[in-house]
Amino acid sequence: MPINRVGLALFGVYVLLYGGFMGLVLAGPDLLATRVLGGVNLAIACGLGLIVAAVALSVIYILARAGRSRDSRS
Amino acid sequence: MLHETSPLAIGIFAAFVASVLWLSFRLGRKGQSAQGYYAAHGQVHWFVNGVAFAGDYLSAASFLGICGLIAFYGYDGFLYSIGFLAGWVVALFVIAEPIKALGTFTFADALDARFNSRGIKLAVAISTLVVSVFYLIPQMVGAGALVTPLLGLPHWAGVILVGIAVTFIVVTAGMVSTTWVQFIKGALLVFFCGVLTLLILNRGLVVNAGRPGPADLAPQTRSIRPDGQVLIDGTPQSAEHDLRPVGTLASLPERYAGEGRTGPLGPLAYLSTLEDSTVVTWRRETSRDAEGTHDVFTPRERPAAELLRPGGYFKGLSGGSLTARLDFASLMLALFCGTASLPHILIRYYTVKDAAAARKSTVVGIATIGIFYVLTLYLGLGAMTSGFLDPTNSNMAAPLLAKSFSDTLFAVISAIAFTTVLGTVSGLIMAGSGAVAHDLVENVAGVQMTDHEKVRVGKLAAVGLGIVAIALGILFKGFNVGFLVGWAFNIAASANLPALVMLLFWPRTTKQGITAAVTVGMTASLAWILLSADTFEKVYGISRDVAPMPFSQPGLVTIPLGFLVLVVVSLLTPAPPRR
Repeated sequence: MPINRVGLALFGVYVLLYGGFMGLVLAGPDLLATRVLGGVNLAIACGLGLIVAAVALSVIYILARAGRSRDSRS
Repeated sequence: MLHETSPLAIGIFAAFVASVLWLSFRLGRKGQSAQGYYAAHGQVHWFVNGVAFAGDYLSAASFLGICGLIAFYGYDGFLYSIGFLAGWVVALFVIAEPIKALGTFTFADALDARFNSRGIKLAVAISTLVVSVFYLIPQMVGAGALVTPLLGLPHWAGVILVGIAVTFIVVTAGMVSTTWVQFIKGALLVFFCGVLTLLILNRGLVVNAGRPGPADLAPQTRSIRPDGQVLIDGTPQSAEHDLRPVGTLASLPERYAGEGRTGPLGPLAYLSTLEDSTVVTWRRETSRDAEGTHDVFTPRERPAAELLRPGGYFKGLSGGSLTARLDFASLMLALFCGTASLPHILIRYYTVKDAAAARKSTVVGIATIGIFYVLTLYLGLGAMTSGFLDPTNSNMAAPLLAKSFSDTLFAVISAIAFTTVLGTVSGLIMAGSGAVAHDLVENVAGVQMTDHEKVRVGKLAAVGLGIVAIALGILFKGFNVGFLVGWAFNIAASANLPALVMLLFWPRTTKQGITAAVTVGMTASLAWILLSADTFEKVYGISRDVAPMPFSQPGLVTIPLGFLVLVVVSLLTPAPPRR
């Protein structure tokens, strides 16, 4: 069966983001208490960022696949 | 105070549940009378199906559990939200399309597509059953928690009520939980959570929930005597004499000090203002003696900033404990891998006909679920400072938050949560009884049955599962339902993900490899959970120190174990014929 390269690439991007965030959490909560973005701390900013990233990557995914679906056999 | 019932609330609740049930029966019948149940699905619009994804996935467990965890422990509940959503990325990018290319429609079919093996059918049927039961527990516990404040019934009565209602639905009407009903539930849930969030932001932060005087810091004691009688601060519990609600704001930043309230706040300002405030949480200490079980709830003031970073629930994270870190990493891995391994989630991917529509509806699903999980952060933090928390039950945080605005809203939110439980539970019981009747009795045991007999076996299995669900729902009272769902994700990911991924990406995978991986992954994760410190302490009531497992969430060990077993067994057995 064909390997879904777009999907795997986007999956790789998300794994880096998710894994990076878990690394930050495991590294210790003090760093995550840093205030960024309008006084919101890094922990919340990262969490919201991961949710937005999941939605954004999935939109990129359908846009990328839509271009190919015409010549795909499924 | 927390558990008084109002006729209005009961009326709204009954009307809501009745209309959803009516709709479900009606649409279910229509679906059957048309070109059959599955053919009707092919015509569902991708947007509707996308919201239905959300309706399916956002069980009451995820709604009640996460809000409760955030309200009780702060940021760590939000980590569950992040993990639950991340699982969808795996499902969409890695698993869904190749499975679609295999041309199969259910999880067991997909794993068995190439082999037609009895061993795979047996292993997958049992793992479906185990995952379904573990997913059922939190739903039942959530249902029990809901009826206590709403209808004034004890927890066990609520669990039995749901169990009987659902078993009745499944046995008499069959699979009537249609895409449309899930769509309505999903849309209502997200809509009303949005309304609640707007109300929270409009209210802003209010010191001591607007009550006069300083924060109440007196400890409260609840004792449950061996004969079942409940004492509050030493005298019997009654409607007037009960635990006082907890969870308030102690003080605001300097600039609001005079007024005691902030007034309406923007979404980011709400978070940053809270970060500069102090809140009153409480410590719970439980002791047991001849007089029964005693819970002492001691309020304490602390900076809200402590609660807006990881470490409130996963306590060891800040203390540098290695096992606490492994436990945390293990849970987050299981949440990441679990969604794509849940049998009833993948099936939803096939409810629209063409691949592009399926992708679009998945994106709508991810967006809806993502919005919902952002809202849970506000709901949880709003509940934390609402002055309306029940310190004995984190699952009630979201409905009680609604109650801090109005009784009507409380009834609506409870009704939505309750119907969601009904839908999810009937779906799970259907899946489980199907696994028993179709996979175990017919395919594995080789019993030849007529259609009529097959239906009867399925119904008997549904009744049996209903009874098991009721018993477990009562046993696990007081557990946070989000935590319990975490177990289901651990088992699903350990049993199913290795087989699924390797089947799709490694041509050398053999049927013995798949059977072994599913069996070992499921048994190992189940055994690990049963022998973990959390289970020892909270279920068996023995000290957590004697538990043999180093940490409580098995995924970090058992998911790789599943992969290892699959590779080793596949290499030891003859390669499958090349296609």
